Amino acid sequence: MKKIIVLAKQVPDTANITGQAMKEDGTVNRAALPAVFNPDDLNAMETALTIKDTIGAEVIVITMGPPAAVAILKHALYMGADRVMLISDRKFAGADTLATSYVLAEAVKKIGAVDLVLAGRQAIDGDTAQVGPQVAEKIGFNQITYITGIETITENYLIVTRDGELQTERIKTPFPMLLTITDEANTPRYPNSLNMLKYFRADTASQFDDDQIETARAHNQVIPMWKADDLELDIKRCGIKGSPTRVSKIENITLTGGDLELYGTDSKDIKQLVHDLRKDYAEVNE
Amino acid sequence: MNNYYSANREFCLKQIDLEEIVSDLENDFQDQGPTALHSYTQATQWYAMILRNAGDISANFIAPRTAAVDLQGASFANGAVRWAPESQENMDVLAQAGLMGGTLPRQYGGLNLPVTVNTVIIEMVSQADASLMNLFGLQDIGVTIYKFGTQEQKERILPRFCDGTVSGSMALTEPDAGSDLQAVSLKAIEKDGSWCLDGVKRFITNGCGEISLVLARSEEKSKGAKGLSMYLYERDRDDNSVIRRIEDKHGIHGSPTCEIQFNEAKAELVGKRRFGLIRYVRSLMDGARLAIAAQALGIAQAAYDEAVKYANEREQFGQAIVHFPAVYQMLKRMQAEVETHRLLLYDTAWHVDQMEMLERRAARGEKIRPQVKKATAMSGLLTPIVKYSTAEMANKAAYDAVQIHGGCGFMKDFPVERLSRDARITNIYEGTSQLQVVAAIGGITTGLLADDWEKLRNMEIVSLTEAHVSVVAHADRYENIVEQVKEMGSKSFTDYVGNYLVELTSILYRLYLFLPVADAHESQRELFDFFFCESDARIDYLIRKIENAASVYGKRIDVLKSDLVKV
Repeated sequence: MKKIIVLAKQVPDTANITGQAMKEDGTVNRAALPAVFNPDDLNAMETALTIKDTIGAEVIVITMGPPAAVAILKHALYMGADRVMLISDRKFAGADTLATSYVLAEAVKKIGAVDLVLAGRQAIDGDTAQVGPQVAEKIGFNQITYITGIETITENYLIVTRDGELQTERIKTPFPMLLTITDEANTPRYPNSLNMLKYFRADTASQFDDDQIETARAHNQVIPMWKADDLELDIKRCGIKGSPTRVSKIENITLTGGDLELYGTDSKDIKQLVHDLRKDYAEVNE
Repeated sequence: MNNYYSANREFCLKQIDLEEIVSDLENDFQDQGPTALHSYTQATQWYAMILRNAGDISANFIAPRTAAVDLQGASFANGAVRWAPESQENMDVLAQAGLMGGTLPRQYGGLNLPVTVNTVIIEMVSQADASLMNLFGLQDIGVTIYKFGTQEQKERILPRFCDGTVSGSMALTEPDAGSDLQAVSLKAIEKDGSWCLDGVKRFITNGCGEISLVLARSEEKSKGAKGLSMYLYERDRDDNSVIRRIEDKHGIHGSPTCEIQFNEAKAELVGKRRFGLIRYVRSLMDGARLAIAAQALGIAQAAYDEAVKYANEREQFGQAIVHFPAVYQMLKRMQAEVETHRLLLYDTAWHVDQMEMLERRAARGEKIRPQVKKATAMSGLLTPIVKYSTAEMANKAAYDAVQIHGGCGFMKDFPVERLSRDARITNIYEGTSQLQVVAAIGGITTGLLADDWEKLRNMEIVSLTEAHVSVVAHADRYENIVEQVKEMGSKSFTDYVGNYLVELTSILYRLYLFLPVADAHESQRELFDFFFCESDARIDYLIRKIENAASVYGKRIDVLKSDLVKV
């Protein structure tokens, strides 16, 4: 049976931006935004579950984040994940993509014997699309980014489609590998009522009373939490210390539409339109 | 993000106390294991999650597909029925989300929900796509199999309902047996200890479903209800039935209405012989009637939402039409009717839960026969009342929603056009409104609600004291007019004014439910005042109609048909 790890992130819901969404210094005011499952990561979840439904797999979901990120791990269980893990430590605070991918890669290694790692294309807060690829490098997996669909699922290989901007690439790839999934790939499934019943009481160990913890453990309702020490990490490579990225300046940008040219409907204008389109096409394909 | 588990639904559900019922359903919270619930608080937490999920799916997955379902509808070719592709997608998503088998026990893969909670799910699904309710809600026949089937039948059939691999139908109606099911003539023949069915069923909603419950005449040469038994037919395990056609309908296009020909098709008896109509169909139909009331309420909510939206967007004479008294009067009435019918629906569902809880206790040996009898009578009265009242209301709401849209409402471009067609079936199937009146009139004239009116009189009302006095006065007049009708001793007259009495009961009962809620919650006062205004006058009007009919015609009421009868 395949072992699949999904990398998930809890993010501020940037689809519901209000006036208080940004602080004066230009950073995100997380308190003013509801926290949600990063949308592309839900597509990664769905990919994992589809593979599980097709050839059988153990789906493990991990997230690095504050204790509140348990919420998305529970959502993953409701969707059908087999196991989840919270990777949380104050020492991880302020991590950029380099430090984050270091921690996640070590967690994937610790889980071990992994056939497939799936991540969303990118998170809606940072929009870097770097963590997935960096994890792949660190664990030594082949990576295919911008997956738009899984065409064939077998025990030995997958055939996937990839958005290559000007063309769609169709790739046959053996296990193991890391894929980053776009929202075109699938429609994430809804939580399941009986999974909700099994896991709505799930939480990290510290949230249970002493007399409840054994039962909760027996019922698979205790979410394991790994700290830096559990992963035997090099602290210099974690959190703000391990993050070379420095934000030098933040400015507000108002997006405007591209150049718009209006053409008439007489034959001269149509000829001009065709000419301009051909010219654009030639430039793009130079 | 839009979610049909809205604040008003949540508020309304909170008015219902399910603690005793849930405790009984969950074995007094004594079970162990990962899926056992340990308190009422835990149960309500989980219910809320299910309801939010169902509200999300209804609003964001199902609703966007409804126009396509309506346009294409179910289709029929080469003897096979196909749901619209979007209906299939909807059912797949509902199954995947674990929303099938709502009230079935968890040992079969069901959710073991109270009927009340499941009713809210049905209402939301119907708001998104009324026709889907007929595919989704017919899972309910699983409940009849659960109640009356053998252990083997339950284990074989129920898990398939719960995981969504099969859908169901109730095959009752025949060309000559519609409202009058006693006339059913489809034959059930016993041969070498097994049964087969022979004959035709017509107007069977989702008759193409894999599992059908079929009402058939098991007693040769018998007439009437007592010769009928109930059969379980598995279409996917028998080739001796054919779907002859599906109907081309006015509304609910996503729901295939089938004509089925059984040619000595193998079937199994459910429960006891001869109890088919008198016991099992009644149970089946009561469940279905509650579901139709929920469907009607969902349609009415959708119509109201569309009407409010349009009235705010559409400008005439320099302003949005919502500002015109003629328009907001209609909207306000729709709002009051929708909200008070929701109170009535959830209250009725609670009575059904109450009845089922008492039945379970009695089955465990508790000596509570009188309580079971009373609870059965109460749900047997409220079910036809809510079915009648909500279905009629939904038609009026859809009609007014079209009116508010003006010419646009007559065009297929706006959802209200579909809603007005979909609403139309709700007061026809599972017993016409006229039959609901027949089912309710006995309970009304025997004064089954007397205890409730007594509770109304003794209610401790803090703020709405004047309204309380008026509602109590109405209850007095209501009991008085019911008494007058009874005293006349004419069946024709009672039947003639039956719909007036049922409507009166619905209004007064909704006032009785709404009054304490509005008294306790200031947010509800304004709507209560409006509803009171409207219903106060409506009660007068209905009582006057009965009085007039009594004084002008009385026992001679049949003279009204003299120039109508042509044969």
